[in-house]
Amino acid sequence: MLRLALKMLFGDRAKYAMLVCGLSFCALLMSQQTSVFCGLLLWTTATVRNIRVPIWVADAKVEQVNEVVTMREVEVQRVRSVPGVDWAVPLFWSILQARLPDGTFQGVQLTGLDSASLVGRPAKMLEGRIEDLQLPNAVIVDQVAIEKFAKRGIRLHVGTVFEINDKEARVVGICETERSFLGQPYVFTTYSRALQYAPLQRKLLSFILVHPKKGTPVPELVHRISTLGGLRAFSSDQFAWDTLIWYVRNTGIPISFGTVVILGIVVGIAIAGQTFYLFVHENMRYLAALKAMGAGFSVLAKMVVLQAFTVGFIGYGLGVGLAALFGNAVLRKGQPPFYMPWQILAFTGVVIILICLFSALVGLIKIARTEAAMVFK
Amino acid sequence: MSTPPSMDYAVKTTALGKTYGKGDNVVQALKAVDFEARCGELLMIVGPSGCGKTTLLSVICGTLHYDTGSVSVFGQDLARLSSGKLTAFRGKNVGFVFQQFNLIPTWTALENVTVPMLLNGSSRASAETAASALLKEVGIGDKLNALPSELSGGQQQRVAIARALVHEPRLLICDEPTAALDAASGKKVLQLLKERACRPDRGVIVVTHDSRIFPFADRIAEMEDGQIKAMHGPGECQSLYV
Ligand SMILES: Nc1ncnc2c1ncn2[C@@H]1O[C@H](COP(=O)(O)OP(=O)(O)OP(=O)(O)O)[C@@H](O)[C@H]1O
Ligand SMILES: [Mg+2]
Repeated sequence: MLRLALKMLFGDRAKYAMLVCGLSFCALLMSQQTSVFCGLLLWTTATVRNIRVPIWVADAKVEQVNEVVTMREVEVQRVRSVPGVDWAVPLFWSILQARLPDGTFQGVQLTGLDSASLVGRPAKMLEGRIEDLQLPNAVIVDQVAIEKFAKRGIRLHVGTVFEINDKEARVVGICETERSFLGQPYVFTTYSRALQYAPLQRKLLSFILVHPKKGTPVPELVHRISTLGGLRAFSSDQFAWDTLIWYVRNTGIPISFGTVVILGIVVGIAIAGQTFYLFVHENMRYLAALKAMGAGFSVLAKMVVLQAFTVGFIGYGLGVGLAALFGNAVLRKGQPPFYMPWQILAFTGVVIILICLFSALVGLIKIARTEAAMVFK
Repeated sequence: MSTPPSMDYAVKTTALGKTYGKGDNVVQALKAVDFEARCGELLMIVGPSGCGKTTLLSVICGTLHYDTGSVSVFGQDLARLSSGKLTAFRGKNVGFVFQQFNLIPTWTALENVTVPMLLNGSSRASAETAASALLKEVGIGDKLNALPSELSGGQQQRVAIARALVHEPRLLICDEPTAALDAASGKKVLQLLKERACRPDRGVIVVTHDSRIFPFADRIAEMEDGQIKAMHGPGECQSLYV
């Protein structure tokens, strides 16, 4: 009977197609939008992953990594004096305007690394050597900078010269970074040169990067530094999480994505539920005939549930598959952001299962209410 | 009149009553119907539209609840069966032929005919063997894999008859089996029923408006306004309404 139930479903091409389309649209919308949402959130924490240190220290007012409250440089000394600190180095990070050779401007994330150690250096150099940052006026730019410059017809390469605040910046290397939420390219230089590029301010230190001594647990050290007063320390994981949560709480991003996801669910329920109801409704004569011929409620229920879950399964596969294809294409291009952890697949699956259950229930209620005697009508 | 032992009856009803609706809209569809169908005969129920023929049939086969009186099918009082048991009883003992055929449009002739056996727990293989043998018998042997839409009305009703008989039910219920067919096909269907369905251990009940098929009946129950008005024996069927 179950084989025949499937034939009944597949035989009704129009409704079958409609059901699968509705459910795959729903699955696509949900998984794609949540993946873009997750990708976007991930972008907000790109700096944490690009700099790669276990502990970040910032002004006590700082809540997330894309926000800078400058500190006095003596704070580095204070942190170094905390027991358990292996090393602590300054980091300059700020958005500044670069003036390109054609006279136009481009915002950049100027990142000044401790001159001696170059802690926070990019993970991957595509061209040039990181050590060349010690050369006069040297900067290293990332792949995003190449894209941005290329849009203006400027081919960026080792040796290109541009200006930041009227001061010369000479490209000595090209690195690969994880793209950030802010969209501007990273420009790496040394801490001391970053201060020269930056507009004059009383305090210029953005972050202090810390590494614990062997045997000192990160949380322990984070706690010790935070109790110094005026400073706040984060483990890198915590900093990333705090940043994510900050964006969820303080921006409209979750609302706009949430709306689309809810829309997807509503459309899915509406299309799938309604089509399935229609499917059962139009087959009511036949289901009633089966009932008259001795098919009990449990047999009919199994048939209907199988039908609902079959379209659910196929719709889910198609929808998630399309979302993954989209993600694949997008990741190759670099944007928009896309991150599809298994939780998204599971979440989408659960929602599709709920929609199927709902649809099957609607059909079953109809079947239970029908008298087998209607076949004689 | 002496009463034969109850097991000779395929169906027996006593003082059967059924009303539809409530309040002002009450319709008394069956008014204390005493009726019996015997094994081995083809019994027709005839009468004007709305007289309660379909209602009687639905109650007899246990697809409709009745209000008063009793129905027994092969000695089994239907009121004593739970709804699940009743469905199973129907699946095992009753075959149906409907006016609208009710063949499932996306299943082949063969698949449609296997259904009653599958519902009774037969394997697909044995159901298909029995179904294809029966379809050959009713003259559809070359259309086993045709969809109902690819068959003529007469052919569809033959498939439906095969479906009604495949699980060897003891009672065959036909509601207006010829209403959707032309005269020639209708006659052929009745011939088929007469030849294949009528057996000494089986009751066959045919509800019909179609006076052209009256001669095929062994007895005819004439209904009017929810009651059996007259029973006509074998001798009279030839002459009625022709
Ligand atoms: N589900 C229902 N609800 C209310 N009234 C009904 C229902 N089914 C039948 N009736 C009424 O019960 C009476 C008997 O109906 P039934 O269908 O048994 O007649 P019938 O003899 O089969 O008629 P026909 O020859 O037109 O098929 C009619 O008056 C009909 O209107
Ligand atoms: Mg009727």
